[in-house]
Amino acid sequence: MSSIMRGTTDNAPDDRRPGPLLPEPDDDGAPFWEFAAHGELRVQTCAECHEPRFPPRPCCPRCQSFATAWRRMSGRGRIWSYVLPHPPLLPFYAELAPYNVAVVELTDAPRIRLVGNVVAAPGAPADSVDPALLRIGAPVRVTFDALAEGVTVPCWLLERP
Amino acid sequence: MATRLKDATAIVGIGQTPFARQLPSSEKTLACHAILEALDDAGIPPSQVDAFASYTMEETDEVEVAKAIGAGDVTFFAKAGYGGGGSCATVAHLAMAVATGQAHVGVAWRSRKRGSGPRPWRDTRAQLPTPAQWTRPYGLLRPADEIAMLARRYMHEYGATRDHLFNVALACRNRANQNPAAIMYERPLTREMYMTSRWISEPLCLFDNCLETDGALACVVVSAERARDCRRRPVYVHSAAQGLPAQHHGMVNYWNEDPLTGPAWTAARHLWKRSDLGPQDVDVAQIYDAFTALVPLSLEGYGFCGRGEGAAFTEGGALETGGRLPLNTAGGGLSEAYVHGFNLINEGVRQLRGTSTAQVPGAATCLVTAGEGVPTSALLLRS
Repeated sequence: MSSIMRGTTDNAPDDRRPGPLLPEPDDDGAPFWEFAAHGELRVQTCAECHEPRFPPRPCCPRCQSFATAWRRMSGRGRIWSYVLPHPPLLPFYAELAPYNVAVVELTDAPRIRLVGNVVAAPGAPADSVDPALLRIGAPVRVTFDALAEGVTVPCWLLERP
Repeated sequence: MATRLKDATAIVGIGQTPFARQLPSSEKTLACHAILEALDDAGIPPSQVDAFASYTMEETDEVEVAKAIGAGDVTFFAKAGYGGGGSCATVAHLAMAVATGQAHVGVAWRSRKRGSGPRPWRDTRAQLPTPAQWTRPYGLLRPADEIAMLARRYMHEYGATRDHLFNVALACRNRANQNPAAIMYERPLTREMYMTSRWISEPLCLFDNCLETDGALACVVVSAERARDCRRRPVYVHSAAQGLPAQHHGMVNYWNEDPLTGPAWTAARHLWKRSDLGPQDVDVAQIYDAFTALVPLSLEGYGFCGRGEGAAFTEGGALETGGRLPLNTAGGGLSEAYVHGFNLINEGVRQLRGTSTAQVPGAATCLVTAGEGVPTSALLLRS
């Protein structure tokens, strides 16, 4: 069985320092991460009926076409909800806690909602925004953060911090 | 005419081990204790068992259980998916097998060492089928985080407050305080304790989360005809349903049209369709409560109130004894034991036998639900 995640977990002892869990893409998700590595937010879209879908999958649930395209998004969105996790957490996250994790609804495709951290500046950590500034509906825009060498994930900046 | 499930089968035996943060026995041993107790309760010898049903995240399989207890030839075995969403499906699968003549005596069980064993969310690579690449890197790690996301959205949309969540936690705790088998027996909860407790994942605090428990439970399902000759008063499986809604995504159900109408809504539609009864006929409910926030969502899903009214429904003692819908009368996952919801099934049976430690006078119907947020299942039991 291929692991969905790689990175350090507290039940997989190894020599590495505790770090974030890194996305290990499956076949369907790989293009998303490749575009992210180039600073582009793209969402899988049906090439026949143009319906966007997330998470990525082999065929379109609306028209069953296997023809897919990756549509570039403006990177604008709104906070749909957010949480502030506290320990007990995996070591890397316990050190950051409390941090935020948000679900962001994309302006271009409102039913496409991406999980991500709201950060104070590009490259800043998930605990860099005062939680008092977070609210549902707050407009955000995408930025990209290198979690590890060669691994880039979308994060979010408040439009009006 | 096709065989119908309605009232064709009954639960005739229940069994359980003690519940504790730490029990010395293995999960397999605990499972055998609970199953043998359930068979004894029914007055059926283990050699007559020919069907088993369990649900995923169960470590002990039916091969081990069957040979340990001395079952005969087994002709039906099933495992329902999605962890806590599968509890009621075990009884539903056995009921189908018995009603259609595939088997005669079915046993469903759950054995967990959740209290002393590793917490399942520690292994972030072997979680429920959440799309980990889209959530874990950001630190959305545990079921509590995943459900807290829905809880905050729910509170925002409908004006639900922490006091509403407290109403749920308190009702469960109050019933556990009456139940000597409950882990929280003689340990009352106050509003101050709740409001000042530590956060787990804001907006959910410590008391919004279920216990972590070692223990096992089991029940025995036979035909309604055979049930009449068993030791205890039969509790009939009146209706059963599973639910995996269109475009559902598991615990991180953030990507469909309406993430706040979860699998409960789908299971409920089919549960009521196959029933002679409706939500207004339910005397007592055992609603899956791994997190308090699942209860208002389920109250809406199963039709006890309208969309967005689940939080308000909890007001005025509605979930307490004597209230509009007495809830989780043994204490539930929040305060009796967290055994992936199977304790809710056994408590449903006790209510309809009239033997609960928080008995609802004259209870004749009980709704039991499995985990909301994941593909789920539900039972409508009647005496």
